[in-house]
Amino acid sequence: MKNTSEHLFEYCLRLGDTPLILGQRLAEWCGHGPILEEDIAMTNISLDCIGQARAFLTYAGEIEGKDRTEDDLAYFRNEREFRNLLITEQPNEDFAQTMLRQFLISAFHKHFYSELMRSADKTLSALAEKSLKEVNYHFRHSSEWLKRFGNGTEESRTRLMNAMDNLWRYTGDMFDMDETDKHLVECKIAADLDKIKTLWNKSVEEVFSEAGIDMPKDVFMMSGSRKGKHTEHLGHILAEMQSLARSFPGASW
Amino acid sequence: MIKDSEKELEKKFQEKIDRGESIEPKDWMPERYRKQLIRMMGQHAHSEIVGMLPEGNWITRAPSLKRKAVLLAKVQDEAGHGLYIYSGTETLGISRDEMNSELLSGKAKYSSIFNYPTLSWADMGAIGWLVDGAAIINQTALAKCSYGPYARAMVRICKEENFHHKQGYEILATLMKGTEEQREMAQDAVNRFWWPSMMMFGPSDKNSPNSEELMRWKVKRFSNDELRQRFVDRTVPQAENIGIKIPDPALKWNEETRHYDFGEINWEEFYNVISGKGICNKERLQARNEAHDKGAWVREAALAYAKKQASQEFAA
Amino acid sequence: MNNEWPLWEVFTQKKSGLPFEHAGSLHAPDKEMALQNARDVYSRRNEATCIWVVETKNIVSSTPEDVGSFFEPSNDKIYRHPNFYKTPGAAFE
Repeated sequence: MKNTSEHLFEYCLRLGDTPLILGQRLAEWCGHGPILEEDIAMTNISLDCIGQARAFLTYAGEIEGKDRTEDDLAYFRNEREFRNLLITEQPNEDFAQTMLRQFLISAFHKHFYSELMRSADKTLSALAEKSLKEVNYHFRHSSEWLKRFGNGTEESRTRLMNAMDNLWRYTGDMFDMDETDKHLVECKIAADLDKIKTLWNKSVEEVFSEAGIDMPKDVFMMSGSRKGKHTEHLGHILAEMQSLARSFPGASW
Repeated sequence: MIKDSEKELEKKFQEKIDRGESIEPKDWMPERYRKQLIRMMGQHAHSEIVGMLPEGNWITRAPSLKRKAVLLAKVQDEAGHGLYIYSGTETLGISRDEMNSELLSGKAKYSSIFNYPTLSWADMGAIGWLVDGAAIINQTALAKCSYGPYARAMVRICKEENFHHKQGYEILATLMKGTEEQREMAQDAVNRFWWPSMMMFGPSDKNSPNSEELMRWKVKRFSNDELRQRFVDRTVPQAENIGIKIPDPALKWNEETRHYDFGEINWEEFYNVISGKGICNKERLQARNEAHDKGAWVREAALAYAKKQASQEFAA
Repeated sequence: MNNEWPLWEVFTQKKSGLPFEHAGSLHAPDKEMALQNARDVYSRRNEATCIWVVETKNIVSSTPEDVGSFFEPSNDKIYRHPNFYKTPGAAFE
């Protein structure tokens, strides 16, 4: 049985790894965006994500009490130790998939951070407050793009629907509650994901309706991030992200 | 009112410049001034955009999260700077689309430095310190250029670019304090980027075809060689400070001139890279073309949506 | 066919109470995206608390030919400036 602080460490890894992997994915776009203005916008989102990851991982290290820094945690853990949501590691593919992924996660984070702001853990609540402002903008930005894809051209709509086909099955993973969630909800530290799910559904439905698309039905949901069971994509992300740091263990940069 | 003759207008234009006043988009200007500015500003903007690629190459591999964020922010700034300069150029009556197609077709030039590959993390340090160091010297001079929109873009860019230069130097300073391997990495990066950075100031004054006219119009305020000297004088002490060697055996302080003497640039390499024979010329243009092509449907969809919205608003 | 997004001018206000200043331009397909792009491009360093965007084609500008008739007539109206007046001994600042 884990104690509260072990659960909290686990929880902070989830909160840190999700924006870390998403930020890493978005950073792949830098210099390759569909237009200069959007290149800058995506980089801004990526920077917010990396900032959130650093804060939550630093706090995870403090909770753990083994002197691990944000970089120790980001660069020296393996696939099975990563706790990011499965949807974050899915490939960028085209701009429709990147923006749909962004939208689905931002809609989640928007409600999640609002709830986490009320956490009994003062650090988590402060970090949630700061992050909320950022994801509110990510939500707005990605919603606008969804409306344009849905109502724009035949091609943009087709691409959006293809992306939906790729991504929707990973949305269930966001709401899985395991013993860590349950324990920390009882301690009034964590956000109750059942509650978030209802709110998320509502937000997603609203924007989908403006985009003129239906909520997918009867899709079998993938899960596994809570236990570090990832898709094959994560291994490649880490191989790239960690290669330099691991070639020079103990080095300062 | 009798219209001034072309000659009279040109005289007034030059007098205005001599008085140190700015030329603004709606002011009369000689066609050649407009053309030269479009060429220069276009090249400058393209350089910012292509310049995102060699550094972008290391964002996903940055060795710490702090460095990742800094590098990402820096490369993003370059996109912003390209955007500011494109906007400035658009005031001269050319669209960004037109400029972009000149870049994509290979017709327009951009700074050759970005056709060199980034082979190690230390290159992020060398680029920030040397390439941005050289760019800042060029741009500080351009911030006083006679064309208002260009000068204003430069003021904004110089303000933002200071951190680029410093973060690069900090990367190298940290590596020089690290392990033997890290020090070698740093020195190797400087060995590769020193001469290409020196070339960034362009051909030497005796071979610079556009210089005289651009100086008279105060588009350029200092000659290529003057700026290059300024760069060397500023950079050498910084190198010594962290124990980096500048790969130029002829480099020596000259007590008499109070400047550093330095060796001859390999102009053959310079002209080779300019003419497309650099190691990454092809890849850079390919990457830009791909981004443009893959983004076409996005730009179209947004435009189609905007048109639909506008007609709905009109109907309502 | 011209597929380029229209050009917009961006004005930012640094702090409430201060005047809006021209920050630069950008391309955007419509007003909502113009506003968002302006935020992303021209406020990366906390430069703004409020942003205006206006499509460039909607800006009305005086021309260099107007300079004489628009602005020079005020040159000789020095009585509009406070230092025109003598105020012996009294504190006005």
